[in-house]
Amino acid sequence: MEAFGYVRATDAGQAANAVGRGDAKFIAGGTTLLDLMKLDVERPAQLVDINHIGLDKIERLPDGRLKVGALVRNSDLAHHALVQEEYSVLSQALLQGASAQLRNMATTGGNLLQRTRCMYFRNTAMACNKRVPGSGCSAIEGDNRSLAILGTSKDCIATNPSDMNVGLTALDAVVTIQGSKGARDVAIGDFFLLPGTTPHLETVVAPGELITHVTLPAARKGSKQLYLKLRDRASYEFALSSAAIVAEISGGKFSYVRVALGGVGTKPWRSHEAEAALLHQPAEGAVFHRAAAMAVRDARPQTENGFKVELTKRCIAHALTLATQNA
Amino acid sequence: MSVKDEDKTEGASRVGNVTRRSFLSQVGAAGVVVTTAPLVARAAQTMEPVARQAGATEKVENAVAVTLNVNGKSYPIEVDARTTLLDGLRETISLTGTKKGCDHGQCGACTVHVNGRRINSCLTLAVMHEGDSITTIEGLGGPESLHPMQAAFVEHDGYQCGYCTSGQIMSAVALLKEPCGPKDADVKELMSGNICRCGAYPNIVAAIQQVRQRA
Repeated sequence: MEAFGYVRATDAGQAANAVGRGDAKFIAGGTTLLDLMKLDVERPAQLVDINHIGLDKIERLPDGRLKVGALVRNSDLAHHALVQEEYSVLSQALLQGASAQLRNMATTGGNLLQRTRCMYFRNTAMACNKRVPGSGCSAIEGDNRSLAILGTSKDCIATNPSDMNVGLTALDAVVTIQGSKGARDVAIGDFFLLPGTTPHLETVVAPGELITHVTLPAARKGSKQLYLKLRDRASYEFALSSAAIVAEISGGKFSYVRVALGGVGTKPWRSHEAEAALLHQPAEGAVFHRAAAMAVRDARPQTENGFKVELTKRCIAHALTLATQNA
Repeated sequence: MSVKDEDKTEGASRVGNVTRRSFLSQVGAAGVVVTTAPLVARAAQTMEPVARQAGATEKVENAVAVTLNVNGKSYPIEVDARTTLLDGLRETISLTGTKKGCDHGQCGACTVHVNGRRINSCLTLAVMHEGDSITTIEGLGGPESLHPMQAAFVEHDGYQCGYCTSGQIMSAVALLKEPCGPKDADVKELMSGNICRCGAYPNIVAAIQQVRQRA
């Protein structure tokens, strides 16, 4: 690990000032950053510890929305009573991610910025456009079994590894980012960037900006919510394919539906195609399968991950079946 | 130095009347004796293993001062900012019960409690823990007064080589206070962050379930 300076910030303003100078990074849970610093993938000159600046509350706003501080730990978010009752897809997604120890460390803001698990990104001996822009992509034609089939480009096929982000996508979350010119709200669908020709740019967060909180819309009481994660091991493994469903059924038909996918996209993947195939249609198997097929219509599998196309179809159809079986 | 003192300083695990170290010494393999002798000597010098006297033997460049509260004791130390909590505990404070496995948050051998919650000590920096209350396996219970979870691991043979054991036990004790269903499958899910390469999993689950049922 390269040497770095360390400062502990006491409030958000001080943190922003400290990180604004030079090649500095915020550190919260540290579960991604220190992992990558040990591999020399991340080499900040300065770490600004933001664990003591507040932003660790979950609060219900007067209009019914739920405001989640950026430093709320994944375990606290997953086990919060309101999240379990009204945003259960998020709780399910969080509890199927990582381990109990890591969930006690990882934060809401940090999980939003979680880096890919692509082995070529994590290995400084290999070419990677995300780590060193312009160096090439070793994953295309390489060991790409776990990598993306949606949203890829000729420069990058790395998967967004987060489960939480898939749940937040299905819930239409809004991310608030504090910069030197004030705060701005970004819809989760606009927060992540497709790799295109600039895979090193992953989100709209600019250097020096701080995620302060995530806001969930007022709960859709009575909605069906489900997170289904398919992986190589039963636990403590990243998704090969996952699906988050939020649905409202009226008279046996979908009156509202969100379908978000994990493990298959270069960013947490909202499937507008699947949603369009479900809305106003009856909640039944043939419709589920048609929607699942639409979700992977534009999939571009690589040399070793073609199985993900069929796996994702089955994942979506099964998730819809489970979510709506008591409708 | 008595066996009892040795256990206190190095947190050696003991089964029956044999400590890991005394067992290795009795085996008498020359290599083992040579490599462990300096450790025993150092342990004898630092009964209260406060901050290895960093300034005395080796200067830490750009050292950052931090006071770690471990097992109820205060340890004012100076460390390179890069020092993980794991390395601070093992190398600086000489509490070697916490183990280093993968060093990347994938195996759970380094599990300790910070403010009552289990974390991977390899993925956090020592300097981030000023003011926190840290508990390691040494603080859980000693050979003379085993924590019920330690006793259950002994009773159920919840280990083979023992390397993952302190992490397993720290995780298991934290699990007692976490939301967890009654089934073995629920325990397995919440223990999935602790890898046992010897495959003692069924015995580990049995030990944990026994403690939960008696609680």
